[in-house]
Amino acid sequence: MDGIHDMGGMDGFGPIPIESDEPIFHATWEGRVYAINTAIGVWGKWNIDAGRYGIEVLDPALYLQSSYYERWLYRNENLMVEHDLITQDELDSGKASGGDRGMPPDAEEIFEKQRKSRSFRVDANIAPKFTPGDTVTVRNIHPKTHTRIPRYVRSKRGVIDRDHGVFIFPDTNAQFQGKKPQRVYSVMFTAQELWGPDAPEQDKIYLDLWDDYMDPA
Amino acid sequence: MSEGHDHSHLSDTELRVRALESLLTEKGLVDPDALDAIVDHYENKVGPRNGAKVVARAWMDPEFKKYLLEDGTAAIGSLGYLGSQGADMVVLENTEKVHNVTVCTLCSCYPWPVLGLPPAWFKSFPYRARLVKEPRVVLQEFGLKLDDDIEVRVWDSTAELRYLVLPERPAGTDNMSEEELADIVTRNSMIGTEKVASPSGGV
Repeated sequence: MDGIHDMGGMDGFGPIPIESDEPIFHATWEGRVYAINTAIGVWGKWNIDAGRYGIEVLDPALYLQSSYYERWLYRNENLMVEHDLITQDELDSGKASGGDRGMPPDAEEIFEKQRKSRSFRVDANIAPKFTPGDTVTVRNIHPKTHTRIPRYVRSKRGVIDRDHGVFIFPDTNAQFQGKKPQRVYSVMFTAQELWGPDAPEQDKIYLDLWDDYMDPA
Repeated sequence: MSEGHDHSHLSDTELRVRALESLLTEKGLVDPDALDAIVDHYENKVGPRNGAKVVARAWMDPEFKKYLLEDGTAAIGSLGYLGSQGADMVVLENTEKVHNVTVCTLCSCYPWPVLGLPPAWFKSFPYRARLVKEPRVVLQEFGLKLDDDIEVRVWDSTAELRYLVLPERPAGTDNMSEEELADIVTRNSMIGTEKVASPSGGV
Protein backbone atom coordinates (compact mmCIF):
# COMPACT_ATOMS: atom_id res chain seq x y z
CA MET A 1 0.00 0.00 0.00
CA ASP A 2 1.11 3.57 -0.63
CA GLY A 3 1.28 4.22 3.10
CA ILE A 4 3.04 6.57 5.48
CA HIS A 5 5.51 3.80 6.37
CA ASP A 6 7.04 4.04 2.89
CA MET A 7 9.38 6.87 3.89
CA GLY A 8 12.40 6.49 1.64
CA GLY A 9 13.24 9.86 0.08
CA MET A 10 10.84 12.03 2.13
CA ASP A 11 11.99 15.41 3.40
CA GLY A 12 11.08 17.38 6.50
CA PHE A 13 11.82 14.96 9.34
CA GLY A 14 14.85 16.86 10.61
CA PRO A 15 18.20 15.61 11.90
CA ILE A 16 18.95 12.01 12.90
CA PRO A 17 18.13 11.69 16.64
CA ILE A 18 21.46 10.21 17.71
CA GLU A 19 21.73 9.39 21.43
CA SER A 20 24.90 8.42 23.23
CA ASP A 21 24.79 5.39 25.54
CA GLU A 22 21.17 4.71 24.75
CA PRO A 23 19.44 1.90 26.62
CA ILE A 24 18.04 -1.14 24.77
CA PHE A 25 14.57 -0.16 25.98
CA HIS A 26 13.79 3.42 26.99
CA ALA A 27 11.09 2.36 29.45
CA THR A 28 10.02 -0.89 31.08
CA TRP A 29 6.85 -1.02 29.00
CA GLU A 30 8.86 -1.06 25.76
CA GLY A 31 10.56 -4.28 26.82
CA ARG A 32 7.17 -5.78 27.78
CA VAL A 33 5.73 -4.88 24.35
CA TYR A 34 8.74 -6.40 22.65
CA ALA A 35 8.46 -9.58 24.72
CA ILE A 36 4.68 -9.88 24.26
CA ASN A 37 5.20 -9.56 20.51
CA THR A 38 7.76 -12.38 20.58
CA ALA A 39 5.77 -14.65 22.89
CA ILE A 40 2.44 -14.18 21.14
CA GLY A 41 4.09 -14.86 17.78
CA VAL A 42 4.75 -18.42 18.94
CA TRP A 43 1.00 -19.10 18.69
CA GLY A 44 1.53 -18.91 14.92
CA LYS A 45 -1.66 -17.00 14.11
CA TRP A 46 0.03 -14.65 11.67
CA ASN A 47 3.31 -14.38 9.78
CA ILE A 48 5.97 -11.67 9.64
CA ASP A 49 4.46 -10.06 6.53
CA ALA A 50 1.00 -9.87 8.09
CA GLY A 51 2.68 -8.38 11.15
CA ARG A 52 4.36 -5.67 9.10
CA TYR A 53 1.09 -4.99 7.30
CA GLY A 54 -0.54 -4.59 10.72
CA ILE A 55 1.68 -1.57 11.32
CA GLU A 56 1.21 -0.17 7.82
CA VAL A 57 -2.58 -0.05 8.20
CA LEU A 58 -2.46 2.09 11.35
CA ASP A 59 -3.97 5.52 10.74
CA PRO A 60 -1.19 7.66 9.22
CA ALA A 61 -1.58 10.41 11.84
CA LEU A 62 -1.35 7.81 14.62
CA TYR A 63 1.68 6.24 12.94
CA LEU A 64 3.51 9.57 12.92
CA GLN A 65 2.68 10.59 16.46
CA SER A 66 3.41 7.19 18.05
CA SER A 67 6.76 5.91 19.18
CA TYR A 68 8.18 2.73 17.69
CA TYR A 69 7.00 0.34 20.39
CA GLU A 70 3.62 2.06 20.60
CA ARG A 71 3.11 1.08 16.98
CA TRP A 72 4.03 -2.50 17.87
CA LEU A 73 1.52 -2.41 20.74
CA TYR A 74 -1.36 -1.15 18.57
CA ARG A 75 -0.51 -3.66 15.86
CA ASN A 76 -0.47 -6.55 18.31
CA GLU A 77 -3.75 -5.53 19.94
CA ASN A 78 -5.42 -5.38 16.52
CA LEU A 79 -3.98 -8.69 15.30
CA MET A 80 -4.87 -10.53 18.50
CA VAL A 81 -8.50 -9.46 18.14
CA GLU A 82 -8.57 -10.11 14.41
CA HIS A 83 -7.19 -13.63 14.91
CA ASP A 84 -9.45 -14.48 17.87
CA LEU A 85 -6.79 -14.76 20.54
CA ILE A 86 -8.74 -12.15 22.52
CA THR A 87 -12.01 -10.28 21.97
CA GLN A 88 -12.45 -6.55 21.58
CA ASP A 89 -14.54 -6.58 24.80
CA GLU A 90 -11.68 -8.21 26.68
CA LEU A 91 -9.23 -5.68 25.30
CA ASP A 92 -11.48 -2.76 26.25
CA SER A 93 -12.30 -4.06 29.74
CA GLY A 94 -8.98 -5.74 30.53
CA LYS A 95 -10.97 -8.70 31.91
CA ALA A 96 -10.85 -12.19 30.48
CA SER A 97 -14.27 -13.66 29.69
CA GLY A 98 -13.46 -17.35 29.76
CA GLY A 99 -11.52 -19.32 27.21
CA ASP A 100 -8.28 -19.97 29.06
CA ARG A 101 -5.88 -21.36 26.48
CA GLY A 102 -3.98 -23.52 28.92
CA MET A 103 -0.20 -23.57 28.86
CA PRO A 104 1.47 -20.56 27.31
CA PRO A 105 4.85 -21.10 25.64
CA ASP A 106 7.70 -20.97 28.16
CA ALA A 107 11.02 -19.20 27.65
CA GLU A 108 12.82 -22.32 26.39
CA GLU A 109 10.19 -23.00 23.75
CA ILE A 110 10.33 -19.38 22.58
CA PHE A 111 14.14 -19.26 22.38
CA GLU A 112 14.24 -22.61 20.62
CA LYS A 113 11.89 -21.25 17.95
CA GLN A 114 14.09 -18.18 17.55
CA ARG A 115 17.27 -20.24 17.27
CA LYS A 116 15.82 -22.60 14.72
CA SER A 117 16.13 -21.19 11.29
CA ARG A 118 13.60 -18.42 10.86
CA SER A 119 14.68 -18.25 7.27
CA PHE A 120 12.06 -17.26 4.74
CA ARG A 121 13.74 -19.22 2.01
CA VAL A 122 11.66 -21.77 0.13
CA ASP A 123 13.22 -25.03 -0.97
CA ALA A 124 11.84 -24.88 -4.50
CA ASN A 125 13.63 -25.15 -7.80
CA ILE A 126 12.53 -21.97 -9.51
CA ALA A 127 14.55 -20.75 -12.47
CA PRO A 128 15.82 -17.17 -12.24
CA LYS A 129 14.08 -14.65 -14.47
CA PHE A 130 17.17 -12.43 -14.31
CA THR A 131 20.91 -12.90 -14.07
CA PRO A 132 23.52 -10.56 -12.58
CA GLY A 133 24.28 -7.74 -15.01
CA ASP A 134 20.75 -7.65 -16.48
CA THR A 135 19.10 -4.25 -16.66
CA VAL A 136 15.57 -4.23 -15.24
CA THR A 137 12.71 -1.79 -14.88
CA VAL A 138 10.82 -1.85 -11.62
CA ARG A 139 7.10 -2.20 -12.24
CA ASN A 140 4.85 0.78 -11.74
CA ILE A 141 2.41 -1.05 -9.48
CA HIS A 142 0.44 0.19 -6.48
CA PRO A 143 -0.90 -2.78 -4.53
CA LYS A 144 -3.55 -1.75 -1.99
CA THR A 145 -2.15 -4.18 0.58
CA HIS A 146 1.31 -5.16 1.85
CA THR A 147 4.22 -4.93 -0.55
CA ARG A 148 7.99 -4.48 -0.22
CA ILE A 149 8.45 -2.36 -3.31
CA PRO A 150 9.09 1.18 -2.10
CA ARG A 151 7.62 4.05 -4.09
CA TYR A 152 11.01 5.59 -4.69
CA VAL A 153 12.13 2.80 -7.06
CA ARG A 154 8.93 2.26 -9.05
CA SER A 155 9.43 2.77 -12.80
CA LYS A 156 13.18 3.13 -12.23
CA ARG A 157 15.89 1.22 -14.04
CA GLY A 158 18.37 -0.86 -12.10
CA VAL A 159 20.93 -3.60 -12.63
CA ILE A 160 20.76 -7.06 -11.08
CA ASP A 161 23.71 -7.32 -8.70
CA ARG A 162 23.25 -10.78 -7.22
CA ASP A 163 20.69 -13.56 -6.98
CA HIS A 164 19.88 -14.56 -3.40
CA GLY A 165 17.74 -17.60 -4.20
CA VAL A 166 14.07 -18.43 -3.66
CA PHE A 167 12.00 -16.76 -0.92
CA ILE A 168 8.40 -16.39 0.21
CA PHE A 169 6.62 -13.55 -1.63
CA PRO A 170 5.45 -11.05 1.01
CA ASP A 171 2.56 -9.56 -0.96
CA THR A 172 0.60 -12.82 -0.96
CA ASN A 173 1.94 -14.11 2.37
CA ALA A 174 0.68 -11.03 4.22
CA GLN A 175 -2.85 -11.80 2.99
CA PHE A 176 -2.57 -15.53 3.88
CA GLN A 177 -2.85 -16.26 0.16
CA GLY A 178 0.16 -18.51 -0.15
CA LYS A 179 3.93 -18.29 -0.39
CA LYS A 180 4.17 -17.81 -4.16
CA PRO A 181 7.90 -18.62 -3.97
CA GLN A 182 10.19 -16.66 -6.28
CA ARG A 183 13.69 -15.32 -6.49
CA VAL A 184 15.03 -12.29 -4.67
CA TYR A 185 17.88 -10.23 -6.10
CA SER A 186 19.92 -7.31 -4.89
CA VAL A 187 19.31 -4.64 -7.50
CA MET A 188 21.61 -1.66 -7.96
CA PHE A 189 20.28 1.79 -8.80
CA THR A 190 22.46 4.80 -9.41
CA ALA A 191 21.74 7.75 -7.15
CA GLN A 192 21.14 9.83 -10.28
CA GLU A 193 18.53 7.37 -11.61
CA LEU A 194 16.56 7.74 -8.37
CA TRP A 195 17.19 11.36 -7.43
CA GLY A 196 18.17 13.16 -10.62
CA PRO A 197 21.29 14.77 -12.03
CA ASP A 198 22.19 16.66 -8.84
CA ALA A 199 22.90 13.42 -6.96
CA PRO A 200 26.58 12.32 -6.78
CA GLU A 201 27.24 10.28 -9.90
CA GLN A 202 29.37 7.70 -8.08
CA ASP A 203 26.78 6.76 -5.43
CA LYS A 204 24.51 3.73 -5.55
CA ILE A 205 21.42 2.41 -3.77
CA TYR A 206 20.74 -1.32 -3.53
CA LEU A 207 17.37 -2.90 -2.79
CA ASP A 208 16.29 -6.52 -2.51
CA LEU A 209 13.48 -7.14 -4.99
CA TRP A 210 11.42 -10.16 -6.01
CA ASP A 211 10.83 -11.44 -9.57
CA ASP A 212 7.26 -10.11 -9.55
CA TYR A 213 8.43 -6.54 -8.99
CA MET A 214 10.50 -6.24 -12.16
CA ASP A 215 10.49 -6.52 -15.95
CA PRO A 216 13.47 -6.77 -18.31
CA ALA A 217 14.44 -3.24 -19.38
CA MET B 1 9.37 15.68 14.39
CA SER B 2 10.87 13.59 17.19
CA GLU B 3 9.61 10.24 18.32
CA GLY B 4 8.66 8.74 21.60
CA HIS B 5 9.68 11.09 24.37
CA ASP B 6 6.36 12.63 25.27
CA HIS B 7 6.05 11.63 28.90
CA SER B 8 2.41 12.54 29.49
CA HIS B 9 1.59 10.15 26.66
CA LEU B 10 3.89 7.53 28.04
CA SER B 11 2.06 6.89 31.30
CA ASP B 12 -1.16 6.07 29.41
CA THR B 13 0.81 3.67 27.28
CA GLU B 14 2.34 2.08 30.34
CA LEU B 15 -1.10 1.42 31.83
CA ARG B 16 -2.32 0.03 28.54
CA VAL B 17 0.63 -2.38 28.31
CA ARG B 18 0.15 -3.55 31.89
CA ALA B 19 -3.54 -4.19 31.25
CA LEU B 20 -2.72 -6.14 28.11
CA GLU B 21 -0.06 -8.28 29.80
CA SER B 22 -2.42 -9.02 32.66
CA LEU B 23 -5.21 -10.03 30.24
CA LEU B 24 -2.90 -12.25 28.18
CA THR B 25 -1.55 -13.89 31.33
CA GLU B 26 -5.05 -14.55 32.66
CA LYS B 27 -6.00 -16.13 29.35
CA GLY B 28 -2.94 -18.38 29.35
CA LEU B 29 -1.55 -16.77 26.20
CA VAL B 30 1.73 -15.53 27.67
CA ASP B 31 3.88 -16.59 30.61
CA PRO B 32 5.22 -13.52 32.51
CA ASP B 33 8.42 -15.42 33.36
CA ALA B 34 8.99 -15.98 29.66
CA LEU B 35 8.49 -12.26 29.03
CA ASP B 36 11.10 -11.51 31.72
CA ALA B 37 13.52 -13.92 30.03
CA ILE B 38 13.00 -12.34 26.61
CA VAL B 39 13.67 -8.83 27.97
CA ASP B 40 16.77 -10.09 29.79
CA HIS B 41 18.00 -11.84 26.65
CA TYR B 42 17.87 -8.71 24.50
CA GLU B 43 19.07 -6.36 27.24
CA ASN B 44 21.98 -8.50 28.39
CA LYS B 45 22.79 -11.47 26.15
CA VAL B 46 22.82 -10.43 22.51
CA GLY B 47 24.31 -7.27 21.13
CA PRO B 48 26.95 -5.84 18.85
CA ARG B 49 29.65 -7.81 20.68
CA ASN B 50 28.68 -10.79 18.52
CA GLY B 51 29.16 -8.84 15.31
CA ALA B 52 32.44 -7.40 16.62
CA LYS B 53 33.76 -10.94 17.05
CA VAL B 54 32.84 -11.72 13.44
CA VAL B 55 34.69 -8.61 12.26
CA ALA B 56 37.76 -9.28 14.39
CA ARG B 57 37.97 -12.84 13.07
CA ALA B 58 37.77 -11.57 9.49
CA TRP B 59 40.55 -9.06 10.17
CA MET B 60 42.79 -11.78 11.60
CA ASP B 61 42.05 -14.62 9.23
CA PRO B 62 42.00 -13.99 5.45
CA GLU B 63 40.41 -17.38 4.78
CA PHE B 64 37.55 -16.57 7.14
CA LYS B 65 37.14 -13.15 5.56
CA LYS B 66 36.84 -14.72 2.11
CA TYR B 67 34.26 -17.20 3.43
CA LEU B 68 32.36 -14.38 5.17
CA LEU B 69 32.10 -12.27 2.02
CA GLU B 70 31.14 -15.24 -0.17
CA ASP B 71 28.66 -16.89 2.18
CA GLY B 72 27.83 -14.64 5.12
CA THR B 73 25.20 -17.03 6.47
CA ALA B 74 27.53 -20.03 6.64
CA ALA B 75 30.49 -18.07 8.01
CA ILE B 76 28.46 -16.32 10.73
CA GLY B 77 26.73 -19.61 11.44
CA SER B 78 30.12 -21.23 12.05
CA LEU B 79 30.51 -18.83 14.99
CA GLY B 80 26.98 -19.57 16.22
CA TYR B 81 25.31 -16.22 15.54
CA LEU B 82 22.34 -17.05 13.35
CA GLY B 83 18.65 -16.90 14.33
CA SER B 84 15.52 -14.82 14.12
CA GLN B 85 16.10 -11.67 12.01
CA GLY B 86 19.51 -12.93 10.96
CA ALA B 87 18.92 -16.28 9.31
CA ASP B 88 20.17 -15.13 5.90
CA MET B 89 23.18 -12.85 6.15
CA VAL B 90 25.08 -10.79 3.61
CA VAL B 91 28.37 -9.11 4.56
CA LEU B 92 29.51 -5.94 2.80
CA GLU B 93 33.16 -4.95 2.83
CA ASN B 94 34.15 -1.33 3.29
CA THR B 95 37.38 -0.34 1.57
CA GLU B 96 39.34 2.81 0.76
CA LYS B 97 37.13 3.29 -2.29
CA VAL B 98 33.71 1.90 -1.29
CA HIS B 99 31.64 2.79 1.76
CA ASN B 100 28.56 0.64 2.50
CA VAL B 101 25.79 1.70 4.88
CA THR B 102 22.49 -0.03 5.72
CA VAL B 103 18.90 1.08 6.37
CA CYS B 104 15.34 -0.23 6.31
CA THR B 105 13.14 2.48 4.79
CA LEU B 106 9.89 0.50 5.14
CA CYS B 107 10.17 -0.69 8.75
CA SER B 108 13.16 -1.56 10.95
CA CYS B 109 14.91 -4.67 9.57
CA TYR B 110 18.20 -5.23 11.38
CA PRO B 111 20.44 -8.28 12.02
CA TRP B 112 19.49 -9.08 15.64
CA PRO B 113 21.78 -12.10 16.24
CA VAL B 114 24.94 -10.14 15.38
CA LEU B 115 23.99 -6.62 16.46
CA GLY B 116 21.16 -7.01 19.00
CA LEU B 117 18.13 -4.73 18.75
CA PRO B 118 18.53 -1.58 16.67
CA PRO B 119 19.18 1.82 18.24
CA ALA B 120 16.25 4.25 18.18
CA TRP B 121 17.89 6.40 15.51
CA PHE B 122 18.05 3.44 13.10
CA LYS B 123 14.25 3.11 13.41
CA SER B 124 13.64 6.87 13.33
CA PHE B 125 11.75 8.63 10.56
CA PRO B 126 14.68 10.93 9.60
CA TYR B 127 17.11 8.03 9.11
CA ARG B 128 14.58 5.93 7.16
CA ALA B 129 13.57 8.89 5.00
CA ARG B 130 16.92 10.49 4.32
CA LEU B 131 19.66 7.85 4.06
CA VAL B 132 18.69 6.63 0.58
CA LYS B 133 18.45 10.19 -0.76
CA GLU B 134 21.28 12.08 0.92
CA PRO B 135 23.60 9.52 2.51
CA ARG B 136 26.60 11.83 2.60
CA VAL B 137 24.68 14.46 4.56
CA VAL B 138 23.34 11.85 6.97
CA LEU B 139 26.81 10.37 7.50
CA GLN B 140 28.16 13.81 8.33
CA GLU B 141 25.64 13.98 11.19
CA PHE B 142 27.42 10.90 12.54
CA GLY B 143 30.75 12.70 12.12
CA LEU B 144 31.79 10.85 8.98
CA LYS B 145 32.83 13.01 6.04
CA LEU B 146 33.52 11.01 2.88
CA ASP B 147 35.63 12.28 0.01
CA ASP B 148 34.10 12.52 -3.46
CA ASP B 149 36.28 9.71 -4.80
CA ILE B 150 34.65 7.24 -2.42
CA GLU B 151 31.60 5.42 -3.77
CA VAL B 152 28.74 5.32 -1.28
CA ARG B 153 26.51 2.25 -1.42
CA VAL B 154 23.28 2.38 0.56
CA TRP B 155 21.56 -0.97 1.17
CA ASP B 156 17.81 -0.79 1.84
CA SER B 157 16.80 -4.11 3.48
CA THR B 158 13.52 -4.62 1.66
CA ALA B 159 13.58 -8.44 1.83
CA GLU B 160 14.67 -11.03 4.44
CA LEU B 161 18.39 -10.72 3.80
CA ARG B 162 20.11 -9.00 6.71
CA TYR B 163 23.24 -6.94 6.17
CA LEU B 164 26.40 -6.58 8.23
CA VAL B 165 29.10 -4.11 7.21
CA LEU B 166 32.69 -5.29 7.53
CA PRO B 167 34.50 -2.06 8.40
CA GLU B 168 38.10 -1.31 7.43
CA ARG B 169 40.73 -2.37 9.92
CA PRO B 170 42.30 0.83 11.20
CA ALA B 171 45.99 1.60 11.18
CA GLY B 172 48.02 0.94 14.30
CA THR B 173 46.36 -2.39 15.09
CA ASP B 174 48.96 -4.80 13.69
CA ASN B 175 49.98 -6.11 17.08
CA MET B 176 46.52 -6.47 18.55
CA SER B 177 44.96 -9.84 19.38
CA GLU B 178 41.60 -10.92 17.99
CA GLU B 179 39.97 -10.15 21.32
CA GLU B 180 41.55 -6.70 21.48
CA LEU B 181 40.36 -6.02 17.95
CA ALA B 182 36.80 -7.05 18.85
CA ASP B 183 36.92 -4.46 21.65
CA ILE B 184 37.43 -1.56 19.23
CA VAL B 185 34.72 -2.53 16.71
CA THR B 186 31.65 -0.35 17.25
CA ARG B 187 28.02 -1.09 16.46
CA ASN B 188 27.76 1.91 14.15
CA SER B 189 30.79 0.78 12.15
CA MET B 190 28.89 -2.45 11.39
CA ILE B 191 25.81 -0.47 10.29
CA GLY B 192 28.09 1.76 8.24
CA THR B 193 27.51 5.13 9.89
CA GLU B 194 31.08 5.41 11.17
CA LYS B 195 34.55 3.96 10.71
CA VAL B 196 36.45 2.07 13.35
CA ALA B 197 38.83 4.55 14.92
CA SER B 198 42.49 3.78 15.29
CA PRO B 199 43.23 3.02 18.95
CA SER B 200 46.15 5.45 18.84
CA GLY B 201 43.73 8.23 17.99
CA GLY B 202 44.89 8.65 14.39
CA VAL B 203 42.88 7.69 11.34
